[in-house]
Amino acid sequence: MLALEGVGAAYGMSQVLSDIGLTVAAGEAVALLGRNGVGKTTLLRTIVGLHAANSGRIGFGTDEIARLPAYRRARLGIGYVPQGRGIFPQLTVEENLSVGASALGGRKPSVAADVAPLYDLFPTLARLRARKGGVLSGGEQQQLALARALIGKPRLLLLDEPTEGIQPSIVQEIERVLGAIRNELGVALLLVEQHLDFAWSIASRYYVMQRGTVVRTGTTAHEQPDDIAPLLSV
Amino acid sequence: MIDPGSPLLSVEHVTVSFSGYTALDDLSFALAAGAVAVLIGPNGAGKSTLLDTIIGRVRPASGRVMFKGTDLRSVPEYAIVRLGICRKFQTPGVLDALSIEENLRVAVTRRRGAWHALRAKPTAAERERVDEVLEIIGLSERRDALAAELAHGMKQWLEIGMVVASDADLLLLDEPAAGMTHGEAEATARLIRSLAGRHAFIVIDHDMDFVEQLEAPVSVLNMGRMLAHGSVDEIRRNPDVAAVYLGRPREAGVARA
Repeated sequence: MLALEGVGAAYGMSQVLSDIGLTVAAGEAVALLGRNGVGKTTLLRTIVGLHAANSGRIGFGTDEIARLPAYRRARLGIGYVPQGRGIFPQLTVEENLSVGASALGGRKPSVAADVAPLYDLFPTLARLRARKGGVLSGGEQQQLALARALIGKPRLLLLDEPTEGIQPSIVQEIERVLGAIRNELGVALLLVEQHLDFAWSIASRYYVMQRGTVVRTGTTAHEQPDDIAPLLSV
Repeated sequence: MIDPGSPLLSVEHVTVSFSGYTALDDLSFALAAGAVAVLIGPNGAGKSTLLDTIIGRVRPASGRVMFKGTDLRSVPEYAIVRLGICRKFQTPGVLDALSIEENLRVAVTRRRGAWHALRAKPTAAERERVDEVLEIIGLSERRDALAAELAHGMKQWLEIGMVVASDADLLLLDEPAAGMTHGEAEATARLIRSLAGRHAFIVIDHDMDFVEQLEAPVSVLNMGRMLAHGSVDEIRRNPDVAAVYLGRPREAGVARA
């Protein structure tokens, strides 16, 4: 469904991504791993259109999207939850979700039709619907960001460190939610993650990046996290 | 002159908080004159905050930073630069519209101001120093080229040249090899090694190949504390360091389910 071929990107004269090849099949969960500063976030931003590729092709379904603006890519079905989550602290949970719905092309948001179904998937959010986003815990904010990204009915969701700053006890809840997004909604996931074991439990395939390019790829069922640990540790 | 027995820089029990978040937690760190130290650690470990604290951009809530025997707590940021600490940021800060030589002249004559540097005739000593630095950074042949025309790696070298030209005793480099090719990173490590002795360096980087090439002791920061200190090999064998990098906090057992 998503297919990158020879993708490169630069900041000014500094080439930060080069010759990236990567695929995500429909409904598949894929982990993107690597140390700090190897280009993982830049790659996600390049896929969603927040950073321009300066070479290569990005295919999504039957479309070539490398030259499309970000909002067109979003409407084709690519959702993105950035690091830090970007929720509105002064708006309630329900208002945050409605804003997500109103960003959909053309039609008016309907709380009943767009927002309500998400409360089944995120019972925590149903309980907190009138609470302001800013007072939620890290884990609750992450669930809100995930729910908001799902309102656009993406076929592929890109997640940048969903467990960052989340208490260990809540990480399992995030794992459950991501499992449901993939299994019940059939949404494919491309996940940047520092917690290796967490990534392994979610993803069926992985890519490891170093210095702006992919240096290893494989399947989680046939390998152990420790096989790739040397590429991630010092 | 500095007493050879005392370190050039000593960070003593420094704690830094940003509205409740503890970025540095009772951190201590010392560096001898002319020595090279490497700082590594995961995102948010406090590496950049430590450099910010050393140059006085961030002030500690407790603890102190001593440099050449001076307590930096009472010294304003611009005066810390004059004491001999120079910081180079991740993105190159060279002046694109000037030539390589002009950029270095601005750096050499820093104490008299940038305008003066470009208008006045440089002294013989300044000319000599510019030539020397051009030689060190390997850009003598291209001295008249505009900085804007340089490739990324060369721009980084020019900027290292500018901090070198300022004759600071302590140079702080934040990811000098970011975005460089293998060859450029290797040349940068060589450049830093060749300048050690004359200048002390604190280098932040994530690229372990580059860190290894610096041939310097490594300090690992995590959550504002010093997690480990040693040679690259010792750091690589340290199970606590591996746990942090793999997101496996040992006390909590995160994501083992």
